[in-house]
Amino acid sequence: MEGYLVAMATFAALYALLALGLNLVWGMTGMINLGLVGFYAVGAYVSALLTKKAGWPMAAGVLAGMLLAAMAGAALALVTARLRGDYLAIITLGFSEVVRLVASNEIWLTNGTDGISGIPGPWRGQVTPATFNLIYLGLAGVAVAAVYLAMQRVRHSPYGRVLRAIRDDDQVAAVAGKPVIAFKVEAFAVSAAVLGLAGALYGHYTSYIAPEGFVPLISIYIVLALTAGGTGSNTGAVVGAFLVVFFLESTRFVTAALPGLKPVQVAAVREFLIGASLIVVLRVRPAGLVPERLPRHVPPAAPATGAAR
Amino acid sequence: MSEVAQLLVNGLVAGTILAVPAIGFTAIYAVLRFPNFTVASHATIGAFAGYVANTAGGLPAWAAVGVAFVVAGAAGVVNDEIVLKPLRPAGALTAAIAAVALTIVLENVVRFVWGNDLRGYDLPIRRDWQWAGLRIGPQQVENLAIAVLAMAALFLFLAFTRTGKAMRAVADNPMLAGIKGINADMVGRLVNFVGMGLAGIGGMLLGLDTSIDPLTGFRVILSVFAAAVVGGLGSIPGAVVGALTIGVAEELSLLSLAPAYRTAVGFAAILVVLTLRPRGLLGERAY
Repeated sequence: MEGYLVAMATFAALYALLALGLNLVWGMTGMINLGLVGFYAVGAYVSALLTKKAGWPMAAGVLAGMLLAAMAGAALALVTARLRGDYLAIITLGFSEVVRLVASNEIWLTNGTDGISGIPGPWRGQVTPATFNLIYLGLAGVAVAAVYLAMQRVRHSPYGRVLRAIRDDDQVAAVAGKPVIAFKVEAFAVSAAVLGLAGALYGHYTSYIAPEGFVPLISIYIVLALTAGGTGSNTGAVVGAFLVVFFLESTRFVTAALPGLKPVQVAAVREFLIGASLIVVLRVRPAGLVPERLPRHVPPAAPATGAAR
Repeated sequence: MSEVAQLLVNGLVAGTILAVPAIGFTAIYAVLRFPNFTVASHATIGAFAGYVANTAGGLPAWAAVGVAFVVAGAAGVVNDEIVLKPLRPAGALTAAIAAVALTIVLENVVRFVWGNDLRGYDLPIRRDWQWAGLRIGPQQVENLAIAVLAMAALFLFLAFTRTGKAMRAVADNPMLAGIKGINADMVGRLVNFVGMGLAGIGGMLLGLDTSIDPLTGFRVILSVFAAAVVGGLGSIPGAVVGALTIGVAEELSLLSLAPAYRTAVGFAAILVVLTLRPRGLLGERAY
C-alpha cells in the first residue's frame, strides 16, 4: 500500500511538471498545445536512448531530451506564430501522432511497439526497489519545486506580464512594441523543455517506455489537471495534477467494482469518465479550484487631491 | 512507370474519399470558427451506423451510406447542442479542447458497445477490374461514385437553395447575415448536421475499403486536417483540392517511405504549406 502511494505521488509529480509546462503556454500566453504528449515522448525517448545506448550520464540525457523537445516546440510555434490559434491546435495534435508513429516504426532505434526496457535510473540496483522509489519521489519533488519556483518567477516578472498581454490581445502587445512572435516562440520552447523534462524523468523512473505510453489521452489528463486546478495559476497546475491522479485511480477502483463488464468495457468507462469530466469542468468551473489571481501592482498611495479621473 | 500510374489512380480515389470528411471539417470551421476535432468520432459513428445497417439490417453498402450520413449528422447536432455550443462563447480554443475531450467520450461509447475488434462490412466478393495494366476494385469505384455524388449534392445545395445560401452568408459575415434576419443558431445546427454527416460518410467509405474499429475516425484525422489546411481552412473547394493533393502525395510517398508513414505525409504537407503559403492553396475563404 505504501509502495502504491509512493508510485502515485511520483506520477502526480510528473503530471504536475506537465501541467506547469502547459500552464506557461496555455495559461499564461494563451497558446494551445493539444499534443503535449508528443513533447513528453521526445524527452523520454531522447534521454532513454542516450543513456542506454550511448552511455551518456543521466543528467546529460535529461538535458538533451529537454533541448530536443524545446527545438521541436520552437519549430512548431514558429510555423504557426502569425496564424490563428486554431492552426497550433491542429499542428500540435498532428505532431504528437507523428512522434508516436516514428517511435512505433523506427524499430532499429526505438525497438518499435515493443518499447525500450532497462533504462537506467539513479542508484537503481544499488538500493532496494522501495528505497529507489523513495529517492525518485524526492527527485521528482525537487524537479516540481524548481520548475514551480521558476514559473512563479516568470509569472510575476515583466516578462510574464508581456505573456499575459499576448494572451489577452496580441495585437495590443504588438502595438506596445513587444516582439510578439519572439515571445511566443520562446514561451513555447521553454514549455516544451519542461514537458520534455517530465518525459525524461518518466523513462528513468519506470525503466521502460513504449509508444502506447504516449497516447493522446495523456494530453487530456494534463489539460484536465490544469483546467480543474486553475488555468493561469501555477499552484492550480500542481493541485490539479494531484487531483487528476487521485481521480484516475478512483475510477480504477470504481470501474473494477462494476459487475459483468468485460475488461475492454471497463477501460472504455474509465476513458469516458475522464473525457466527460473535462467537459463538465469546462462548463461548471472554467476558472478551476485555484483561480488565477493576477499579481497586482500596488500603486504608491495616490495623493488625495480629489481630482476626478 | 505503371507502378506510378497505379499509385496515382489509388491516390485520386483515396483523395476523393478523403475530400468528404475534409469538407465536413472545413464547412464547420467556416461557419462556427473553431476546429471541431469531433469529426474523428463522428466518422467512427457513421462507420458503425453503416455497419449495423449493412450487417444487421441487410442493406447494400450504398444504402447503408445514407444511414451513416443521417446517424452521424444527427449525433453531430445533438453533441454540439449539449456540449460544444455552450462553450463556444469562451473562445475557439476552449471549444477545441472540449472537442478533443468529446471525441474521446464518443469513441469510448462505441468501444463500450462493440469492443476493439476489427469488423468488416458484408460485401459481395468481386474480381478487380484490369485495364491497361492498372487494377481497380469495383468497391473502390462504387466508393468513388458515392463520394462524388455526396459532394455534388452539397455543391448544388450550397449554390442553389435558400438555406445553402444562408449558410454561406453566415460563413462569410455572421454579423451582416444576422442583420438580414438569418438565424445563426439554425444555420449552426444545419452545418453540424451536414458536416458531421459527411464525416460519417467518410468514415464508412474508409471502412468499406478495409475494416472498422473505434479508432477508425481518429486514424484518418491527420489526413483530414492536412486536406483542410493545405486547401485553405474554411474553403470547401480548397478542401477538395487539398484532399486530392494529400491523397496522391500519400500514395506516391510509398515509392520512398514505409507504408506506416503515409499519415505523416499529411503532417509534413501542413508544415510546408503553412510555411510557404499560410492561407492554403485556394486561400482561406468560405465558399
